[in-house]
Amino acid sequence: MSKNTEPLVNGIVKDNPTFVLLLGMCPTLAVTTSATNGLGMGLSTTVVLVMSNLFISALRNVIPGRVRMPAFIVIVASFVTIVQFLVQGFVPSLYASLGIYIPLIVVNCIILGRAESFASKNPVFPSIMDGIGMGIGFTLALTALGAVREILGAGQLFGAQILPLAEDGSFGYTPITIFILAPGAFLVLGCLQALFNKVRDNAAKKDKE
Amino acid sequence: MKELLVIMIGSAIVNNVVLSQFLGLCPFLGVSKKVDTAAGMGGAVIFVNTVASLVTSIIYKFVLDPLGFSYLQTIVFIVVIAALVQFVEMFLKKSVPALYQSLGVYLPLITTNCAVLGVALKNVANSYNILTSTLNGFAIAVGFTIAIVIMAGLREKIEYNDVPQAFKGSPIVLITAGLMAIAFFGFSGLI
Repeated sequence: MSKNTEPLVNGIVKDNPTFVLLLGMCPTLAVTTSATNGLGMGLSTTVVLVMSNLFISALRNVIPGRVRMPAFIVIVASFVTIVQFLVQGFVPSLYASLGIYIPLIVVNCIILGRAESFASKNPVFPSIMDGIGMGIGFTLALTALGAVREILGAGQLFGAQILPLAEDGSFGYTPITIFILAPGAFLVLGCLQALFNKVRDNAAKKDKE
Repeated sequence: MKELLVIMIGSAIVNNVVLSQFLGLCPFLGVSKKVDTAAGMGGAVIFVNTVASLVTSIIYKFVLDPLGFSYLQTIVFIVVIAALVQFVEMFLKKSVPALYQSLGVYLPLITTNCAVLGVALKNVANSYNILTSTLNGFAIAVGFTIAIVIMAGLREKIEYNDVPQAFKGSPIVLITAGLMAIAFFGFSGLI
């Protein structure tokens, strides 16, 4: 694998931010009441991640080591504010459902974590690739989580009714509302992580044999 | 007075910051292995959150809002919180070394605790006044402490249980948190 595509692939599977590194849990659990919200949050975070990785990596030799954290935070916060206005302006319905969690992308540990451990030590291009990889890994995890919760909790996927609901005694699906409420987020993420672990362990075992 | 009490109980227990608002999950999952450390983290969060709510609401009310800079709130708040944590750390080191020792590494970690920034933003969104904001920040941090200490107690017990291989580590913690969240639903009729 070439040097530039490696960070891209790492972010999706080996270092998946949600399932392996356990970073950015707050937006992960809070906004994934539907697949659409998960996707929107994932994409917004990806944009911030790529742009801040780009800038931090470009400025890595200019920012003095001792004040790097505040400097990183200001860069990240600026991009978050830009993204916030873009979402508010162009996708107002998404803005309404994500609410306070868009400005909270600032304290998403994925972004500062990648800034500190990757972008501040690597050239610009690999940093962008790392941002894209991490962003895709995060988006996939959020969309998966949102899809599971939406199907179980409302019988819908991306807002379309895929399981016919049971009405007036007719045969159909009865939504399990708890999955779109707070506890469902924890339960589904726990089970998805266990599944991810199982698949990874099995793959590792096969490699050994 | 009654209104303040309702807001405080609501923030601390009914809409628990961790279990129903999903803020401050990183420390909740990361530093909840032992009851002692969890309580230390809780104490540090109560302290910083109360002060941060006070300072950010003052800044919003007297600087950002009158000058029409409220769109800069995210940037200003995070810088204020980061500076505040640094300042609190230096202050405690000099004047209350005992407390500084016991809070240890948890102080700097609080900058990335989204509960702190979340409370500041929520206070603005709900247009609370300065007193209400400060009390709300305090109550939310108390709710965080309750949740993290209960979680640490449960995790100390889980250590001795036979957990399936795939569920070891974070999955079982998340599922425990899910069950706790269901239990906290019981409080929703309180206010």
